[in-house]
Amino acid sequence: MFDNFPLWPDRASTAAGNVDALFIFLIIVSGLMTALIFSAVIYFAARYRRRRGVLAEQIEGSTPLELTWSIIPLFVFMAIFAWGAVVYFKSRTPPRDSTEVYVVAKQWMWKLEHAEGQREINELHVPVGRDVKLIMTSQDVIHSFFVPAFRMKQDVLPGRYTVAWFRATKPGTYHLFCAEYCGTQHSGMIGSIIVQEPAQYEAWMSGGTTGPLSATGEKIFAELGCVTCHHTDSQGRGPNLQGVFGKPVQLADGRTVMADENYIRECILDPGAKRVKGFQPIMPTFQGLVSEEQVNALVAYIKSQSQPAAAGTKTAAAQQQPGPNKAGSQVQ
Amino acid sequence: MSMATATAQPVERENYLNKHYGVGSWLLTTDHKRIALLYLISITFFFFIGGFFALLIRLELLTPAGDLVQADTYNKLFTMHGMVMIFFFLIPSIPAVLGNFLVPIMIGAKDLAFPRINLLSWYLYIIGGVMMLHCMLTGGVDTGWTFYTPFSTAFTNTKIVEAGLAIFVAGFSSILTGLNFIVTIHRMRAPGMTWSRLPLFIWAHYATSIIQILGTPVVAITIVLVAVERTLHLGIFDPKLGGDPLLFQHLFWFYSHPAVYIMILPSMGIVSEIIACFSRKRIFGYSFVAISSISIAVFGFLVWAHHMFVAGISVYAALVFSLLSYAVAVPSAVKVFNWTATLYKGSIRYDAPMLYAFGFLGLFTIGGLTGLFLASLGINVHVTDTYFVVAHFHYIMVGGALMGYLGGMHFWWPKISGKLYPEGWARLAALIVFIGFNLTFFPQFILGYVGMPRRYYQYPPEFQVLNVLSTAGATVLGIGYLLPMVYFLWSMRYGKPAPDNPWNAAGLEWQTQSPPTTFNFEEEPIVTWEAYNYEELDAPHNEEVPVAR
Repeated sequence: MFDNFPLWPDRASTAAGNVDALFIFLIIVSGLMTALIFSAVIYFAARYRRRRGVLAEQIEGSTPLELTWSIIPLFVFMAIFAWGAVVYFKSRTPPRDSTEVYVVAKQWMWKLEHAEGQREINELHVPVGRDVKLIMTSQDVIHSFFVPAFRMKQDVLPGRYTVAWFRATKPGTYHLFCAEYCGTQHSGMIGSIIVQEPAQYEAWMSGGTTGPLSATGEKIFAELGCVTCHHTDSQGRGPNLQGVFGKPVQLADGRTVMADENYIRECILDPGAKRVKGFQPIMPTFQGLVSEEQVNALVAYIKSQSQPAAAGTKTAAAQQQPGPNKAGSQVQ
Repeated sequence: MSMATATAQPVERENYLNKHYGVGSWLLTTDHKRIALLYLISITFFFFIGGFFALLIRLELLTPAGDLVQADTYNKLFTMHGMVMIFFFLIPSIPAVLGNFLVPIMIGAKDLAFPRINLLSWYLYIIGGVMMLHCMLTGGVDTGWTFYTPFSTAFTNTKIVEAGLAIFVAGFSSILTGLNFIVTIHRMRAPGMTWSRLPLFIWAHYATSIIQILGTPVVAITIVLVAVERTLHLGIFDPKLGGDPLLFQHLFWFYSHPAVYIMILPSMGIVSEIIACFSRKRIFGYSFVAISSISIAVFGFLVWAHHMFVAGISVYAALVFSLLSYAVAVPSAVKVFNWTATLYKGSIRYDAPMLYAFGFLGLFTIGGLTGLFLASLGINVHVTDTYFVVAHFHYIMVGGALMGYLGGMHFWWPKISGKLYPEGWARLAALIVFIGFNLTFFPQFILGYVGMPRRYYQYPPEFQVLNVLSTAGATVLGIGYLLPMVYFLWSMRYGKPAPDNPWNAAGLEWQTQSPPTTFNFEEEPIVTWEAYNYEELDAPHNEEVPVAR
């Protein structure tokens, strides 16, 4: 009955229930506080309305009372804070074995590419019950990937990756909105998340593809001549990239950084910024020479070189494990 | 316009309005009260411009399709609505009008510490305002009032630099006003007007001034950096030039979050004055209310990144800013509890200013409590950048700040104009504003939670019913805001002359004549009583009440 007058959004991800529970708790807490304050104001206003010959009784204040109504709200606030922090921390930490989808936002469309190679525009097909990690960047201005039914939102920035994840729980078609104002057609930068049963999804997946994203990346890696320096042994002029991803890297300036998606990306586009210890600054920048999609493919390829079970698509079985928060790599 | 009124009544006592005549006597005045009136006229002008934009926005949103105006026009409308309302109405509103008029009188001074700088600040405001008008008439800006980079520096082809400079200039007006208040409150208090005897209105303005002089320079620098990147292509915020777009957001919100307290703190000051007067009581927990203003000003500077929880900041930064946001909620809650407690065993009347104060309590409570939702990291992810945020900040900045402003305008109108406003109409207007406001903005909380993003020119059809409700409320609200303007103007010509103290209120401003003379007092007052000495005022032996002579 509320098709044209929704009072509550669809609940279609594992995060949605957590957010709603906290939201309902807050409605109750603030409803009680509102009722308390409003009824006190209304009661006092009526009870102590001005009467002839009755003077106001002067009350200076009361330190115990002031402390009470400072400390009790403070404790309530701290409880709300802690609960919110837990929900947030979960929503920011992608499970390690998530299926990966690369997202490139531009004015005014969403380009999505599955690790398996399928490409979509303004639409994303995902199966029920699988963790999906979005690795997102923008070609121009800041956008924001917002799926109300998943209670999920993450700004998408130019020049770096941001990450979000979800696990859909209910088949259906849900709104995808751009939530960060991005120019003329901001309100037209919308799409759909299509959540399917695994069988349907597999059928969709088996449709035409150019092969996994990492394979595309491998081709680009060869075409750009990366292989001439990045050998698969220690003899190259550049670091061996096998097994690098997800490990700490010693830099020439003494720092240590985690080799995550953003680090790989930065090394391709600005190689001098975080040069690996023991190597000369000879790598040229690829800024302007490779598109965002090609960078994504290269990142996917380099990641695939660090996975024990070789490159390519992961099995669906690996995705079914429960327990999301196994210290996934945090890309912020 | 009030000069004409003054000439019609030759029996009137000499006061700041009739002492000098002619346009020159206004444009070159250094009298804080006349400057306050100059500000009143200017900000009212900008309020109606901003309101007109709001009206067009609400009309466009009546239907899901974008059909009334073009997408680019709509984007300019909400941008200009925000810029005009925030920088040219809300920020100057209470401090520059009521603060300017009342701060010196309330502390027993002849004028502000720097009367010429006070006039300069009005001219800066006007120069900024003219620049903004010129910018709007020649194309406008479409970035949203937030100027987010790299959209503002590299992608939009609208008049960013001109709008930025307009705000830059107006910002100096705000800084100078703050500076003037701080020096005045420190140096110009009448004998016996100790810090603990200051009206809470003064405490609120002192806290506001601190934010104005510490925060505004940061946004000024940020605007200059945007202009530099846009014109000289120096990489500061644009990643293509080696900059960082999040740096802009940090700098912008470092000012723009405390700016919300510039709007709301003075309003809280007004509410304290009104509730004390119409309950005939000293404010419950005076020192706690005073200190809470200062702590809001201080904590207000430590919460800016709560606007950026999904922007790409680290999880740990988000935790800290969420925690601090809850900390700033405590002094706000303390104020609400103290105002409520002040009513207890009072002797309460429901004149129009008190109705506005009640309205403030209602709207500020809802606005403040929904702030708890937004400060919660888990919920923020879902509701940020949706209509939930739009509703929340309108409850604070419009519901709270404007209710206080209107309450104050009614409370001090007899003092400012020397005339009484029509009480019945004023009570009706307060009621209409309260109902219209809730009808406009409450549906937006639901709209936000079901997922409608803000700054959307067109939207999916299921959001229509709530949008229609909101637009309907906006028309009611519009009438509520027009009414006071009409009857205030009416009262200047036809209103009954106001006595010096129509409310029998405490405070030095009520001990001088209405309207006051140019130097406020015949002789420098000597203060021997505490603030809100309603007990003495209402005592049967009224002759013993200390008076300023």
